[in-house]
Amino acid sequence: MSNVPSDLKYTKTHEWLRTLPDGTVEVGITDHAQHALGDLVFVEVPDTGRKLSAGEPFAVVESVKAASDVYSPIAGEVTAGNPGLAAQPEAINSDAYGKGWLMRLRPSGAAAALLSPAEYEKLIAEEGD
Amino acid sequence: MGRRTPLFELHQKLGARIVDFGGWDMPLQYGSQIAEHHAVRRSAGVFDVSHMCIVDLDGARVGAYLSHLLANDVGKLKAPGKALYGCMLNETGGVIDDLIVYFLGESWFRAVVNAGTRDKDLAWMRQHAGKFGVTLRERTDLAMLAVQGPQARGKAVSLLPAAAATKALALEPFFGREIDGWFIARTGYTGEDGFEIMLPASEAERVWKALNSAGVASCGLGARDTLRLEAGMNLYGNDMDESTHPFESALGWTVALDPPGRDFIGRGVLEAIRARGPQRKLVGLLLSDRGVLRAHQKVLVPDAGSGEITSGTFSPTLERSIALARVPAAAGARVQVDIRGKLHEARIVRPPFVRHGKALVS
Repeated sequence: MSNVPSDLKYTKTHEWLRTLPDGTVEVGITDHAQHALGDLVFVEVPDTGRKLSAGEPFAVVESVKAASDVYSPIAGEVTAGNPGLAAQPEAINSDAYGKGWLMRLRPSGAAAALLSPAEYEKLIAEEGD
Repeated sequence: MGRRTPLFELHQKLGARIVDFGGWDMPLQYGSQIAEHHAVRRSAGVFDVSHMCIVDLDGARVGAYLSHLLANDVGKLKAPGKALYGCMLNETGGVIDDLIVYFLGESWFRAVVNAGTRDKDLAWMRQHAGKFGVTLRERTDLAMLAVQGPQARGKAVSLLPAAAATKALALEPFFGREIDGWFIARTGYTGEDGFEIMLPASEAERVWKALNSAGVASCGLGARDTLRLEAGMNLYGNDMDESTHPFESALGWTVALDPPGRDFIGRGVLEAIRARGPQRKLVGLLLSDRGVLRAHQKVLVPDAGSGEITSGTFSPTLERSIALARVPAAAGARVQVDIRGKLHEARIVRPPFVRHGKALVS
């Protein structure tokens, strides 16, 4: 059973969002997504200062098997890409909601439709494993 | 729902992620694909390869039949049980499939062909069998397990009675024989030592569980692919197909043009290609940067045009990306690969990348 923390927001494309105390937003991929991808071996995170629109691909996560885009759930400016993932992409497998974060950004607008934890759990239950 | 092997239910119980492979529902991985890969390089792993098609070929002229059907020469097989790897070509020299044949007697060979090409292979083989009086028997009654790794043979024979274990351990590389109702061959697709075991389908589940108990890890098709690529072995449909010939698929070593009189399908075209020199070659690539090489990425060759990656992955043993690529024959040592619009440096190397647990490139 996938881990879906109750204090985060989610997207239909399997990203999670955490609002930090300074108003910036941390984004990563969900436990369900990392499980579906398998062992991650390479991650490309965005450069600081990059401006993103909602729905724009901002990162690439590659498992042994395939490369996948990750989409920004919200428009804004990147304040940090996770520097630790270059050496340890497997942090996404072991700690998707912690050490496996992909980027932090300062939002410049409202988020596209986000899912509550309950809605996201329903989505992945419908998709199956 | 795809076709299922006798081990399908066990794979599900073991928690495998099931994927479609050539119309078959097969295990991709049971847990971590990288852990499964390392198990085979360092210890032992077992793969369900029952989806592959085992076909027995019978007839007094079966040797002449295979001599016509295959680009490699079954005339090389003198000792009973000896295996031969080679290609079945069409009239234009394109590869219909790659396969292994075992020489089991003057009127009996066993072929193992790929799952995804099963139907077209059998049709082609039957089409040419008639005039040689050869009959084909699909052995759907058998399951096939590949037990691979430095400790694979020792662990596998621990399941056998002592006399049978002794016989199995005496097998030389690339030989197989019938032992107590199992056909055991010292062959594989990983670059490690090990066995491929063909056994009655009804015994497969019990044997798999016994192998697990003996410390042999369940391994899926994901690890099988990274292992074979590290070992520099082609995958049919990726690295060669009916539109490519053996000389541009790093399979020239499997084409036996001697003796000159042997009339195999595709021979005339291959002789012409060899006379003028192949235009392209299949090479190994080692990515210098971080990132992952994937099939169909474009390869830019200085002063010689461009080519394409046919198989690419992250090598768990080397901890960097490797690939096979078809490039212009004039390509030198350095190329660039277009990964999502950015050019990355890569080096042409001669596969295998890894063999018997050791890195052969750096």
